[in-house]
Parts: sequence; structure tokens; C-alpha cells
Amino acid sequence: MLRIRKAPICVGALFILLFPWVAGRLPAIEHYPDLMVFAGIYCLMTIGMSLLMGYAGQISLGHAAFYGIGAYASGILTTQYNLNPWLCILLGSVAATAVAVVVGAPSLRLRGHYLAMATLAFGIIVNIVFREEAEWTGGPDGMGGIPGLDIFGYSFDSIHKYYYLVWIVVAIAFFFTIRLIQSPTGRALRAIHASEAAASAMGIDISRSKIVVFAFSAILASVAGSLYAHYMNFINPSTFDTLFSIKLVIMIALGGMHTIWGAVVGSVLFAFLSFEWLHQFGEYEIVVYGLVLMMVTIYLPEGLVGLPGRIVQRVRR
Amino acid sequence: METISAASQLFQFIVTGLTVGAIYAMVAIGFNIIYNVTEIINLAQGEFVMLGGLIMVFMHVTVGLPMILAFVATVLLVTLTGTMLDRLAIKPIRQPSVMTLIIATIAASIVIKGTAMLIWGKSPYDLPAFSGRTPIELGGVIIQPQYLWVIGFLAVVAIGLTLFFNRTILGKAMAACADNPDAARLVGINVQYMVLLSFALSAAIGAIAGMTLTPIALMDYDRGAMLAIKGFGAAILGGLGSFSGAVLGGLLIGLIESLGAGFLLSGYKDAYALIVLLLVLFLRPSGMMGNFEVTKFKRF
Amino acid sequence: MVKKSATALIACLVIIGFSFQPALAAYKVGAIFSVTGGASFLGDPEKKTAQMVVDQINGDGGINGEKIELIVYDDETDPTKCNLHAKKLITQDKVVAVIGPSVSGLSLAIIPVFEKFKTPLVSCAASYKIVYNEKTGKPYKWVFKTPQSDSLAVEAIYTKMQSMGINKIAVITVTDGYGASGRHELLRLAQAYKMDIVADEKYDPKDTDMTAQLTKIKGLAPQAIVNWSVGPTQVTVLRNWRDLGMTSITFFQSHGFGSRKNIELAAGAAEGVLCPLGACNIADLLPEGHPQKQVTMAYQKSYTETYNEPLSSFGGHAWDAIQLVVDALKAVGGDRAKIRDYLENKKGFVGQHGVFNFSPEDHNGLTKEAFQMVVVKDGDWALAE
Repeated sequence: MLRIRKAPICVGALFILLFPWVAGRLPAIEHYPDLMVFAGIYCLMTIGMSLLMGYAGQISLGHAAFYGIGAYASGILTTQYNLNPWLCILLGSVAATAVAVVVGAPSLRLRGHYLAMATLAFGIIVNIVFREEAEWTGGPDGMGGIPGLDIFGYSFDSIHKYYYLVWIVVAIAFFFTIRLIQSPTGRALRAIHASEAAASAMGIDISRSKIVVFAFSAILASVAGSLYAHYMNFINPSTFDTLFSIKLVIMIALGGMHTIWGAVVGSVLFAFLSFEWLHQFGEYEIVVYGLVLMMVTIYLPEGLVGLPGRIVQRVRR
Repeated sequence: METISAASQLFQFIVTGLTVGAIYAMVAIGFNIIYNVTEIINLAQGEFVMLGGLIMVFMHVTVGLPMILAFVATVLLVTLTGTMLDRLAIKPIRQPSVMTLIIATIAASIVIKGTAMLIWGKSPYDLPAFSGRTPIELGGVIIQPQYLWVIGFLAVVAIGLTLFFNRTILGKAMAACADNPDAARLVGINVQYMVLLSFALSAAIGAIAGMTLTPIALMDYDRGAMLAIKGFGAAILGGLGSFSGAVLGGLLIGLIESLGAGFLLSGYKDAYALIVLLLVLFLRPSGMMGNFEVTKFKRF
Repeated sequence: MVKKSATALIACLVIIGFSFQPALAAYKVGAIFSVTGGASFLGDPEKKTAQMVVDQINGDGGINGEKIELIVYDDETDPTKCNLHAKKLITQDKVVAVIGPSVSGLSLAIIPVFEKFKTPLVSCAASYKIVYNEKTGKPYKWVFKTPQSDSLAVEAIYTKMQSMGINKIAVITVTDGYGASGRHELLRLAQAYKMDIVADEKYDPKDTDMTAQLTKIKGLAPQAIVNWSVGPTQVTVLRNWRDLGMTSITFFQSHGFGSRKNIELAAGAAEGVLCPLGACNIADLLPEGHPQKQVTMAYQKSYTETYNEPLSSFGGHAWDAIQLVVDALKAVGGDRAKIRDYLENKKGFVGQHGVFNFSPEDHNGLTKEAFQMVVVKDGDWALAE
């Protein structure tokens, strides 16, 4: 997926722009922009992870840790040190980058399931720290009183305002990621995915490229965490647990792993499925959710973004 | 007033750690059986343990079958679930990549867990201990009889599997699939059947772990994921694919947790085992007993 | 191409929009419970209780002739879902008040929403932080809660210990919100009651064995152990305590132990265990003249008849919450601000877990007398003298 076509981007942008207006006209989906705020926050994370998993071929089951690092950096620095929220987002990303480099350097030498376990372990350890260091984090009950965001006196205090803020950040991340894919680093990543030995023989610094992508995805996750904290005004450790890391992987699998669009479609779909649509099934929700996931892996191995292609293929035949 | 000497305290920690570790080891062995034949990490492994416990409660307490009959019936039912997992969720996948297979097993674990919730509800269930609940005291150390059952079953499973893979034709055929499926197919081994068998076998071992654990810790529908993660950790720590590694890894994680809780801050108990795991991986990227070549995927 | 896709998208949105039309009812009350997920043992009886109470009221003709519609959402013990449900209940379902959530962490997570949208919330979770804003030192304006604060349970336990001559204790807690909150209170109030805490141990809510922590405690030889947890681990810890031969160290459980099911699961190990319980758990033990005798007996009867399962004390919190809202609806109708004002000044409300006296300074309305010290005797509760 080297070429990024203009048409889907225009449709996507139009959809994002008009969605709150349309939803506002329909009482039954009036609250959908609220869901889209969280979908956007998830998007930010999955874009980074799709780069890591789909392009560089490195699995991570610990990204909720970076999400949490961003959220707690914002939470702690604003409530206990009264720093400016925007500065906290920046400091959170710096912290996430530092942790990503320190953890990534030894971990990314591991392969396949070993890397999966190492990232899983990292995620669990960070979550235990959030839970146990109650002096700073408020412990398992969490911490409240986190301020909202404003810029030059303009406050993002309503759902719609925050919706546009989040999706603008997603758009920036999206274009930045596309640039990264088309850069020499991006080509190096694809080479690593195809064959590490060949990439190494061609003089690509494999470990450096992997760490760069890992840190990039960590930064996006950390920003997502900060946006989450300032929107909820409250955070607690259960949001950033291992289950969420696995959910991120599920989002990418739902949407499709090998394009960035898969990340976007997957996280929006996941948010709506888990926050809204599956509730129709009541007690059976969890079983239906599992079955949907199973069907996708069996019938749509390239994820949902592969669906139009499949239909076109069928029709042509 | 009760008192306990430092030495008996240490032995108590070790006894507890070994028991909990034996459960992790059984889960890790289940991971390895499937991994060796298919290179799949079956994250639904923990659900077999949960099902083992709950079905045993149903058979023994609700239906009232004698212990041994209930045991056999439970193993058979969970084994059946394992084969269904392979046939319904794994085999239909047409373009298997490691990621899709991981997601498929996660999806299966969600379905199994949800179904168990619908059948048994959300409350925990108890099972009578296999040979009573009168603790055995050995120089200040308290041993529950059930602890011995857990460790005993681990020994039986480990020895049984070693004999199976080294001495029987079927076992050798499975081992051959693990080494080289194409070559195995050429010499007339039915690889699909071996895959099915691996799922059945690891489900049966999961069921045994669940049945022996329930009298100690109760069982509810939501237990599987935690046990799967601990078992996965044990399998990785020992080195994927190695049975002796799985036993060693499981027991080690159990011991670290128990000693960590006893001597250090108990809130960080789970973190100690994982930190050790990470350090081992950083020094030996293929685990304690693993073969580095195995860590390279044939299919990703 | 672009135009066509955009039109198709918007058409889809419209179709989705019209496919979910909410039904209309006179009084809509929202509820958020952890019906599934890690805290389902709380949310499940709460949901059942709230639904049962509403069905009974509607069956008897409703409130002043108007029916109540209870809209229940399951937060699955996930703060994000809980937050979304809260906003949906308020802005879209337009409920007059919300009861729940089941868990302290989630109740704390949605306080900002209720303060912002000016809607009354009657929480079913224990932590005192839900009704105490640490910045202002006063309760949050729109938030109430029915369960006894964990500080009251700690006071009841410490008072009992003093009368037994106990002052050297070990604390063992689970590392979730419930355990952490209880632990915080146990440590905070220890000084006032002259308790010497010699051990402060923890375990994970999914742990299978706590022998290590208890063995450590055994070595420190305290006079009593206080365990603070809910769910299966509180039973496992009891069994370990018995198996380790530590029964001469008195064992106190928190009010989370309040279900006969736990005594049964402990398989004899619960004998002699003390815990503070609300009247709801021990309806049949209460003396005839007790103010709560009637309501607790009635609830126990209808719950066990409707659902054919033993009563859990958590359902009682939901009973108190929904009945308080119903009481307010009867008195002042469906105006959110009036309901809040009514609740804040409600006195003498006889509930499952105590007689509530709310005030602008106290949005819980209970004292430590809302707890009875109970001991497990012959596999059942008995009042501890």
C-alpha cells in the first residue's frame, strides 16, 4: 500500500466533518459523537501500532502501558504540580519515548512469541506500578480532578469541540505516518518485514529502524492517553490493563493489518461494537463479540478493508 | 499464640510456590503441545482449565457421579471442546498467519468464556478436595493434601508425555510434524489428524489442571485469561516447545511469586516473576531451555 | 465517486438513526451496574433488585398513576463504558436520576459528568471519596450513595476489637479499588483506635492461593487479621487461614463478606469469623421491634421468590438507591434539581442497610450503627455479643 489514494481521504474527511451535524439531527444517535471521541483516541494508538505490526512485523501486547504513561503524566503533572496541560502532553510523550527506547532496545531483539510475551510482561508491570504507587496515582480507585483542555481562552468543554480536537490530532498523525511510510525508514521497515537477513545484508540498521517505529507508536499512544485523561477528567489503572493491549490488536485485526486504513476502520468499528451495538444482545453480548471476531478471522483475513476488494473480485468472476 | 520459625516459613513459601507453579506448568505444557505441532500459541488454553474445573463441579457435585467417573467424563468433555476448537475456529482459516491465529484463539477464548458464563452464571464454585481437607503438618509446615495431588498430577502428565513422544509411534509421528510438516506428510503422516490430536491432548491436560486447582482456589467463568497469561509466561521462560522447560518455568514463576509475596512487598508479587522473565529473555532470547532456531518462524 | 460514497455514507447514517427509537415512559430512571466483568457479583444482584422493585411498583399502579421505566446499562467494569453510558442516560434517554455504578472506581469516574450535567446520582459503591470532595471538604453537589462508607465498617471493626482487648493486628487486602479503599481506611483510623498494624499484605483479585502472605503474618503473631476483599479470594484466604492452623488469631472480614454463599463456599472454614453487616443480611436475626425488620424481611422474601437464589447484601444497596429515587419522585415529581434537593434533606428513610439521614454535609446519611457485628456460627450468621 505505497500509494495513498486521494478519494478515500476526502470521503473520510467529509464524514468526520459532517458526522456531528448529522448525528445532532437524529435523536437516536445524538450521542454518537461522544463514541467517536473515544474511537478517535483509539485510532491514534492503532495507527502507530499498525505501522509497528503491519509494516515492521513486530508484535506488541503491551501498548496500553504507553497509553497509561501519557494519561498518568497528564493526570499527575496537572493535579499535583499545576503544570499547563499542553506541556504535560509533551512531557508525557517524552517519558513514553524514553521508556520505549529503554524497553524496546533489548525487547526488539526478540522474535515472534517471545516478543509478544516480553511486551505483555512490560504492560503488566507498568499496570502494577499504576495500581501500587497510590501516593501519586491514587491507586486502584484512580485519580480525579484532571482539568479539561483549552487554548488561548478557547475551552474544549463540549463533546463536539473535543470531537474535532481529537480528530484533528488523528489527521495529523495519519499524514505524518504516511510520510514516514514513504520515507527511507518506511522502505527499511518493509524490507525488515520481508526478510531481516536480506535487509541487514543491504546495510539497513535493523535495530535502529525497529526502535524508531516502536518509539513513534509509543508517542502516539501517550498522546492518546493524555487526550483521554483530559476528556474523562478521571483515570484509573483498569483502563490501561493488558486486556486493553489485546483489544488494540483486535481492532487492527478487525480493520486489516496491512494498511493504515485498517487501523482507522478497525478502531471506529470496535468502539461502536463494544460501546453500543453489541449491547442489544444483553447477556449474550460476549459470545456474539467472540463469534464476530471469529468470523472476521475466518472469512476476512485481510480485515474489513479487504472486503470491497473481495466483493469486486466476486462480481468480476 | 501461633508462632512459626523462619525456616518453616521459608519451607511454607516453597511448598505453596511449587503448588501454584505446578498449575502454571500444566498450562505451559498445554501451550507447548499445540505449539510444537502447529506453531500456534493457543490463548484459549486457560479456558480449558476453567472448563475442567466447572465441568468437574457439574459432574461430581451437581450430577453426583463418583470422583473417578466424573474425572474421566470431564477430561472427555473438555477434550471434545479442544477438538471442536481446532475444527471450528482454527482449521477453517484459509490464510493462516501468526497474527490471525492469535486473534482466532482469542476469539475462541471469548466464546468459550461467554458460554461458560451463560451456563454456570458468574458465581464461583467449590469442589470437595480429592482426599479430604485435613492439613498435614511437617515440622511447622502445613501441607494440604490437595497440594500433593496437584504436584502428583504434574509429575504424571510430564512423565506420561515424555513416554508418549519418545516411545509410541503416534507420539513420534506428532514430533515429526513438529520438526518438519512437509517431510512428515511425505512419509505418510496425516498432519491434519496430528493437529487435531494436539488440541485434544492439550485440552485434556488443561482439564486436569482445572480439576486439581478448583478445590484450592474455587472456579468461576472469568479465571481463564489470567491462567493463560501465567502459563504462557512459564512456557516462554522455559523456552517454547520444551517440556522440561515448561515444568521448570512454571515452578520457577510459582516460587518467585510465593517468595516475593512472603519476603518483599506482596502488592508487587506478580511483577517480580515478570521482571525475572524479562531479564532471562534479554540474556537468553530463547528462554532457559529453548532452541534459538525454534524462535524463527517458518510462517509469519 | 467521492460524491456517491459520501451520499451513501450519509444515507447509512440516517438508516441507523431511525432503527433505534427509544420507547416513551413517564418517569425514566437510569441505572449503570457492572452486570458482567470482574465485579459481576455486585452488579448482577443489583440489577435484579432494581428491576424487581420497579416491576413491583409498576404492578401496583406506578407512582401517582405514572409508570417508571428503568433503563439499565452494563458498564462491564470499564470506566470508559461507564462514562459513555452516564452521558447517554442523561443527554439522550433524558432520565431524571441515575442509580449505580456498583464499583467505587467507576462511581468516581463519572462524578464529573453528573456535576456538569446537573443530574442526581445515587451510587451503590462503598468508598467515602464518592461523597467527599477532598478539595472542598464537602460532598459533591449531585452525588449520593447508599452503601455504608468503608470508614464506618472499619470503625465498627475497631470498636469490636477494643472491646475484645485486641490491639495488635494484621491487615490483608486485595489490590482492587475495594481492597485499596478499605486498606486506606484501616491504616488511617488505626491511630485513633490505638491499633498497632504489624503486617500490611496484599494479593491480586485473581490469585489462587494466599498461603505466602498468611505465613508471613503468622510469623508476626498478631491478635487478629482483617481481610478486605470481595469475590472468590475472600473465601480462599479464609480456607488458607484455617489450613495453616491460625484459628487462634481472630479473623475479621469486611462487609463484602455479606452473602451466605460465602459461608457455604468456605466449606467450614468460616466458623468463628467476624464481620460487620447491614441489617439486610440478617433480616431473620433482627429483634421484632427493630426499625428495619419489616423492610428487610419483605425484600428477602420477594428476592428469593423472584430469582430463586440466596440474597446478597449488594442487592440491598440497589434497593436503597432505587427506593430513594422513587420516594423523591413521589414527593416532588420528575425535576432533576427538585429530586436532588429532596434527597439532600431526606431524613429517617428506612432502607436495607440502615436508617438514612441525609444532610448538606452528609450525602451517605449513615453512621457506624448501620452495621451489626456478626459472627459465623454453625454455618450461619449470628449476632456477636
